[in-house]
Formats: sequence, C-alpha cells, structure tokens
Amino acid sequence: MNQESHGSVKSYTIGFILSIILTVIPLVLVLNKMMSPTALVVTIIAMAVLQFLVQLFFFMHIKEGEKPRYNVMALILGVVIVVTIVAGSVWIMSFNSQVQ
Amino acid sequence: MWEKIKDFASTFFVTGDPLIYGADVAIVLTTFAIIFVLTYYKKWGWLWREWLTTVDHKKIGIMYLIASLLMLFRGGVDALLMRLQLALPEMHFLHSEHYNAIFTTHGTIMILFMAMPMMFALFNIVVPLQIGARDVAYPFLNALSFWLFFFGALLFNISFVIGGSPDSGWLAYPPLSELSHSPGVGQNFYIWGIQISGIGSLATGINFLVTILKMRAPGMKLMDMPMFTWSVLATCILIIFAFPILTVTLGLLFVDRFFGGHFFTMDGGGNPMMYVNLIWMWGHPEVYIVILPAFGIFSEIVSTFSRKKIFGYKSMVFAMMIISVLAFFTWVHHFFTMGAGADVNAFFAVTTMAIAIPTGVKVFNWLFTMFRGRIQLKQPMLWTLAFIPCFAVGGATGVMLAVAPADYQYHNSYFLIAHFHQVLIGGVVFGYLAGIYYWWPKMFGFKLDERLGKWGFWLWNIGFYVCFMPQYALGFMGMTRRVYTYGWDLGWAPLNFTSTVGAFLMGAGFVFQIWQIAYSIKHGERDRTGDPWNGRTLEWSIPSPAPHYNFAVIPQVKGPDAWWEMKKEMQQDGTKKKPVQLKPIHMPKNSGIPFIMSVFWFIAGFGFTFSWVWMAVFGLIGVGICLLARSFQYDTDYYIPVKEIERTEKALGRAV
Repeated sequence: MNQESHGSVKSYTIGFILSIILTVIPLVLVLNKMMSPTALVVTIIAMAVLQFLVQLFFFMHIKEGEKPRYNVMALILGVVIVVTIVAGSVWIMSFNSQVQ
Repeated sequence: MWEKIKDFASTFFVTGDPLIYGADVAIVLTTFAIIFVLTYYKKWGWLWREWLTTVDHKKIGIMYLIASLLMLFRGGVDALLMRLQLALPEMHFLHSEHYNAIFTTHGTIMILFMAMPMMFALFNIVVPLQIGARDVAYPFLNALSFWLFFFGALLFNISFVIGGSPDSGWLAYPPLSELSHSPGVGQNFYIWGIQISGIGSLATGINFLVTILKMRAPGMKLMDMPMFTWSVLATCILIIFAFPILTVTLGLLFVDRFFGGHFFTMDGGGNPMMYVNLIWMWGHPEVYIVILPAFGIFSEIVSTFSRKKIFGYKSMVFAMMIISVLAFFTWVHHFFTMGAGADVNAFFAVTTMAIAIPTGVKVFNWLFTMFRGRIQLKQPMLWTLAFIPCFAVGGATGVMLAVAPADYQYHNSYFLIAHFHQVLIGGVVFGYLAGIYYWWPKMFGFKLDERLGKWGFWLWNIGFYVCFMPQYALGFMGMTRRVYTYGWDLGWAPLNFTSTVGAFLMGAGFVFQIWQIAYSIKHGERDRTGDPWNGRTLEWSIPSPAPHYNFAVIPQVKGPDAWWEMKKEMQQDGTKKKPVQLKPIHMPKNSGIPFIMSVFWFIAGFGFTFSWVWMAVFGLIGVGICLLARSFQYDTDYYIPVKEIERTEKALGRAV
C-alpha cells in the first residue's frame, strides 16, 4: 500500500480558516441586519460560491489523483445538480412573489 | 421530590393508551429475555467479538437484514392498526392524534428504516462477492454506517413509548412540524433519528461507489459487471447527491425549532413551501434509490432462472444511468397543486413521463430475457414474475398522476396511496424479497423452504391486490389520505373493509415467511456446492456461506457472466485444475469504535430531542473523542497466514 499525499497541514489549516471566515461573514451580516435585502442575497450567494471553491480545492483535492477524468466527470454532474437545485428552486418559488 | 419525579415521568413516558402500556410491558420483557439468554449462555463476549465490533461486510449485511425485518414488523403493525381503524365507519379503535402518529411512523419507518437497510443488506452481502473483492473499500466506515443507522432507528422508534411519536406526516411538512404547531419532542425524535442514520446512508453511498470503481477483480471492466452491481453504482450516485439535501433540509428545520429560526415558519419571512420543495429534491431521488437495486436484483434472477444472458445488457446499463440522472429533474410532481404556474408544472410533468421510457425499456428486456429461456419457477423467480404486472400497473397509474391538471383530482387521495404502495410493495418489497430468497443460501448456507415460501408468496400477492385495488376506487370516490374516520353516508365502507382484509392477508404472508425462516434453519436444503441455482456471477464460485476472506485466490475475469464462462471452461478442460499459489491475505481488524461512536451519537440525539444541552454536548464530545482515537490508530490490519487459508478451504470442501 503506497501512502499518497493528501495535502499538507498548511493547506488544511488555510482551507479550514477560509471556510470559517466565509461562514461567519453572512451570519454577521444577517444577524446585524447590515445590508439591504438585495445586496444581502448577492453577498450570501458570492460567499457560497467561494465556499464551494474552497471545499473543492482544499479538502476534495480536485487537482490531485492519478485519474482526474473521474474527478472532472463527478464535478460536472455535481455542478449540474447544484445548478438544478438552486435555479430550479428560484424558478419554482418565483410564484411566491405573485401571491404574497 | 416524589411529586417532581412523578411530574417528570408523566411527560417523559407516553401515558394513557392501553396499546402503549402493552408495548411497554413487551419491551421490558423482551429486553430482560435478551439479557437473560446472553448471560445464561455466556454469549456477551461472542456478541461483542463476532458482531458488535465486526467490519466484515457479510456480517454487517446480516445485521442490516435482521434490523430491516424487525422494522418491517413494526411498520407492518402500524399499517394493520390503521387498517383496523378504517375497516368500518366511525370506529373508536384509535383516536385522531394516535392515528396521526401511526401514519407518520409507518411511512418514515417503511422507507428509511425498512427499505433502506434491506437494500444496504443486499449491497453488503452481494457487491464485494460479485466483483471478486475481499471486503468493501472502507470496512471501518461500513461498520460505522450500520451502527449509525441502527442507533438512528432506535432513537426514532423509542419515541412511541418515551416522549411521544412525531405526528406530522412522514415528510414532516411545516408549518405543522414547526414548534408553533408541534411543540412536543416527537418532531425532534424524527429529525435526529433521520439525521443520525442519514450520515450512515451517505457514507454507505460513498463506500460502495469507491468499492465498485476501485476494487473489481482484475480483468473485470465496467461493462463486464453484473447488473446488480451496476444498479448499486447508479444508486450510489443518487445517494451521494440526494442525501446531503435531506441533511440540510432537516438541519434548517432543526434551526427553526431549536434556535427559533425562520426558514420555514409562517412569520418572520419564512416560507413553508421551500421545505416542501427541498424535501422532495431528496424525496424523489430517494424512491429511485430504493427501486434501482430491485431492478438489479430482477435482472440477476431473470437471467439465472431463464438460463440465458440478460437481454440488452447495454440498454439496461444506459436505462439505469438515465434514470439516475433524470430522477433529479422530476421532484415538483409531488406538489403540482402548490400552484407554481403552468410553465413549472408542464416541465415537470414531461420529465416525469420521460422517466417511464427507460423503465419500460427495462421491463421489455426482462421479458425478452425470458423469451425462449428455460424458466425455472423457484421462489426468487416467482416474486420476479409477480413484480412485472404489478409494477406495470403501478407505473401506468404513475403516468396518470404525472398529468399535472389531472393531478389536481388525484392529489392526496387514496388513488395516490394505492399508486405508491403498488410501486413500493410491487417493486421494492417484492424485489428485495426476491433478492433475499436468491442470496439466502449464500448468506447462511441453506435454502428457504419452498412449500412455506409459496404460502407466503400467494398470501402477499393476493393480499396486495385485495388491499390496494379498492383504494384506487376509494380515491375516485373522494377519500383523502390521512383521514382517521369517515361516516356511513359516504358509501366507503365496503371497499375499506375489503382493503383491511387484504392488509391482514399480507400480514399472514409475513408470518408464513418468518415461520419459513425458522423452519428452514433446521430443515432447509443445505447448499454444499456454493452454487445452488447454477448461477452466472462470481458470488456463486465460492462456498456458502463465504469464508471471511471471500476469495482464497482473487479470480481473473475475462468478460460478463464470469462464473458461467469459468464453468464452461472447466467442462471443456475436464476437471483438471491449474495449481494455484496461495498468498497471505491482507484483512482489516475488528474495531469497537463504530459501535461506541454511534452510542455517543444516540446520546447527543437524545439530548437535542429533549433540549438537554448538557447531554447533547456530552454526546458530541464522545463522538469527537472517538474520531480522534481512530485517527491515531495505526494497527488496523493483519494478514491471514497461508496455513489458515488452507485449513479453512479444506474444511469447506475445497481442495487447494
């Protein structure tokens, strides 16, 4: 059994701190009501996208592995499903603005 | 002091219902009986070493199977209680809250704590053997998955005697499931029972995906894999993408209930419909998660008992892959009546109907496999033959429900109830039962008795149609789901009574099956060959039950139906066997950490349920310590020496 490297302590620490910062920012913004609703939603989405990238690069090792083809295929499917969840929910829930 | 204890006990335990007191007595007696038997026969050490700490996929599979049969019993009793209450109009057998609790637990248990573990039982027992592996990719994680499921299910199940059952439907729609409408602890039991077992399900999905991609025997290409393994691969993809949605959705509901959040509340900017939207994003893939392995089982059985290669192997694989992706694009059909607009409903109606196409392809492939085959009507094949017409009708009523405008009529009526029971019983339950009959000799080394099995089979089948066909009609007559009683004037009585009779026929079928198992332990036909059905795939090439390392020598695979080809080759070469060189086998060591960690999860979940923060924190600290302990464990594997392998193989009648 060969022990492959799975990132260093440094990269894990950086990823961990980044992911915590990206979680705390929206929480603080929401709790202290620091922004207008539209700006708030945009900021939260931006933080979510950054969080997604942090997870991919620091914890899921998207660049590593002997066969990146599997990684890319899984990533494409994952992105398709994430887009479906987010865009689908926005589309389905858009009726809400008409009834409220 | 005494008053305080009495006060506490009267809210902590569920009181006031003779049925519950009966259950209390039964639980206490059973617990004492188990403790007594284990102590009297000095089996505690055996239980710990052989079962509680095992990382062997076959034993984990058997534990999943036992747990799922227990849950089938519990969910089945729930069903019979409901049918008794509805047998005649204006019955006073269950009061309305009790009825609500029972339909909630029936649904949740049957899907999450019966179907899922029965599926994982078959994953565990079959997949490594089919692909020629010695265990799954992550044996420790596999044990952890099982114990998380077990303690999650336990947490959910104790709710009916402690604290009170959840009673807001099997998917816990808000606002009913919010603190404002369900202030009791029942809903917390629901959240934590599912969350804890959900972590286990997700881990199993990852585990088997990696196992199938990385651990196949040399020479086995993806397109050489047995159909069941393919179906598990498709299912794992669904699990990996769907279960996180469930976890997040229930997590948000927990935030609402525990921290006073407003994700799904009626006020404070919350939106209950968002919960419905999110939960079905998991819920719809979930039904494909449970049905796809059943498709895989049918493919194996049809091919084995028709003595033919599966018809249209490639189209079967493509159909399953298409289903596993399309499954993520149909969820709105569960709430067409929300009124999201014609564009949304039309889109999801079309995707729903589209998914019937790959499913139809599979049905035709099974039929063509049987065409001109030498069909043997053994028990697994009987269940498969019963499945095909049943599932076809269930699928047809599904397409009826998919027509969005018509769904405004069918929605939440007994027509819907009949439809999903037809696909879940006729598809999933029949499928898993067929799989259990098929692989039972591989698990335990003997076949299940045919005569008693046929009694069980016919009672289940006749009972099913007697129970659910009237419900389609009741739906058209206006009976909605979740009503606990109805009047004489509505004219629903005869059909409801018939339906109850059918439910009891199915219950009798289950009793026959338990009798069949008990009878066969002593009298069942022993399987000394390891290949009782003249099988086609690798699991039949090794003794039954399989030795704990599975394969003394990892087989070389040259194409699909590997064992069938090997048997043909052996016949051509005469009986001469090439001498094989045994090597020490690398195996994982048992570990108690999965069990202990899951106990701590149980404690944490119980603490959150009753809002006892000290207890929740204690449990979570325990979980953390277990994680740390495992991280610093380096002595996790060992080698089985060649001598021991030789001894085991000889004892099993295999010359090496």
